[in-house]
Amino acid sequence: MRPVVRAGLYAALTLAALTFIYPFLWMASSTLKPPFEVGSLALIPHDLTFENYRIMWSRAPFGRALLNSVFVASTITASVLVLGSMTAYAMARLTFPGRRVLNAVTMGVLLVPGQLTLIPLYTLIVQLGWIDTYTALIVPYLFNATAILMLRQFFLQIPQSLIDSARMDGMGELRILFTIFWPLARPALAIVAIFTFMGSWNEVLWPLLVVRDQQLMTLPQLLTVFQLGGGAGTLGVSLAAAMVLVVPVVVAYMFLQRYFIESMAGAGVKG
Amino acid sequence: MMQRPRPERSSMRAEQRSAWSLTAPYAAFLLAFAAYPVFFALALVFMHWDLVTPPSFAGGDNVRLLVTDARFGRAVLNTFVFLAIHLPLQIVTALGLALALNRRLAFRAFWRATFFLPVVISGAVVAILWNALYATDVGLINNLLAKLGGSPIPWLTDPSIAMPAIAVMVTWKNVGFYVIIYLAGLQYIPQSCREAIELDGATAWQRFRHLTLPMLLPQTILVVTLSTINGFQLFIEPYVMTGGGPLRRTYSVVLYMYTNAFSYQKMGYAATIGVALALIIGAVVAAQRRVIGTAEAA
Repeated sequence: MRPVVRAGLYAALTLAALTFIYPFLWMASSTLKPPFEVGSLALIPHDLTFENYRIMWSRAPFGRALLNSVFVASTITASVLVLGSMTAYAMARLTFPGRRVLNAVTMGVLLVPGQLTLIPLYTLIVQLGWIDTYTALIVPYLFNATAILMLRQFFLQIPQSLIDSARMDGMGELRILFTIFWPLARPALAIVAIFTFMGSWNEVLWPLLVVRDQQLMTLPQLLTVFQLGGGAGTLGVSLAAAMVLVVPVVVAYMFLQRYFIESMAGAGVKG
Repeated sequence: MMQRPRPERSSMRAEQRSAWSLTAPYAAFLLAFAAYPVFFALALVFMHWDLVTPPSFAGGDNVRLLVTDARFGRAVLNTFVFLAIHLPLQIVTALGLALALNRRLAFRAFWRATFFLPVVISGAVVAILWNALYATDVGLINNLLAKLGGSPIPWLTDPSIAMPAIAVMVTWKNVGFYVIIYLAGLQYIPQSCREAIELDGATAWQRFRHLTLPMLLPQTILVVTLSTINGFQLFIEPYVMTGGGPLRRTYSVVLYMYTNAFSYQKMGYAATIGVALALIIGAVVAAQRRVIGTAEAA
């Protein structure tokens, strides 16, 4: 590349990077400014204050929402990994009548748009009496078709000789799965774990439908309700509330960005 | 699997039994949370149900209402306005950034990670953040405009600007995802093709137009399909930022479905909107693929 072209390229990339990062930096700094200063472009607050965080924390149960989100997302992730890999193992490595049907149905599930099933799922939850319970937030997500197909694909590549010798040693299927397949499948499990956790962490439409009790709300839901209910009052307070949701994700992303990109881009393409 | 020695019958039975017990939870889950909702969605189309009194048969009421419902028509039209701005913008920015990243660069991982950052952030947060960026009086964008000598623009309160503003925001949020897709596609363009076309004396533009762009067609189709599906799912952005206004110009189909179910307790009609939405998405995506396919053949 000629030097002029090279300089232009880096200038363009810097401008693009600023477009993506500057809004987040501005958001972080705005939460530390008093209301009259929020509009300014400067990133360093003139009058540093934690007032926005104090107000946000006292007006709505954000600590509780953080715990709810962690609990719901972790439970779902654990289930998608454990139950999902049990299913994927059987679908990949065991012969049984019904295997093909299960495969076909799992692929079919990916083609059904979520909007089609949203309302009937909601009425089902109402009829089961699960409104305002963790069950409503967790159970419909216990399995994930994308995750099962990804794990199945990975399990298909593991040599049969490993299974045969393990069976010879008298190992059962569960032990083969968790002591032989899991260690080999670590990259696939990590990818599934990240997109499942992030999907649950960021989900807002489903909680808005099935939870009305503030004490059970997940973070993005409480954030949305707080914003719409006018509880924030000022821009600084509503951005401070958003920070509770953003900071853990950004910290995790900084350390694991390669896995995040691989996982979320891969899941989106397959799902 | 093929060359496996034929196991004895008892061990085959044991394998079947363990396979069934391993997959039974999933099969039950599929029946309850995948199969049942799909069939019940179709049944709900012919029902009136407020969740309090027992459901009643509605005949063609819901479908008839949907066809004549100006609010539903408005929501669908809004989505097309959104897509008309979002799709070209998404393709151009994603392709541009991917082409830039595909060169020999310092800090390539860093650039890639910054472009991808908004993808990992919750849509609710992005909506609240951009609400602040777009704010007419204290918003970052209008402040920037003022510095450059411009006058403030009512981004989210002007009926003709609000939907384009949301389309720009969604492009910003998702572009990093599509950059990754285009980057993967660029890896597959053989070096020999590039060299051959350069030897023929092609300019950079000709190389892009006649080699890169056609080779990236599968990625472009994917970008169009995924952003179209995504566009029809628009919910949290109008819900948080505009409430569907001004003058219902940002009202989305999912927001209308949610309102019918949650605020009006009309389960039959809400499900009808969901079924219609699924059909519209299928039709639009199929039409897009045909158009892109014939455009390429010409």
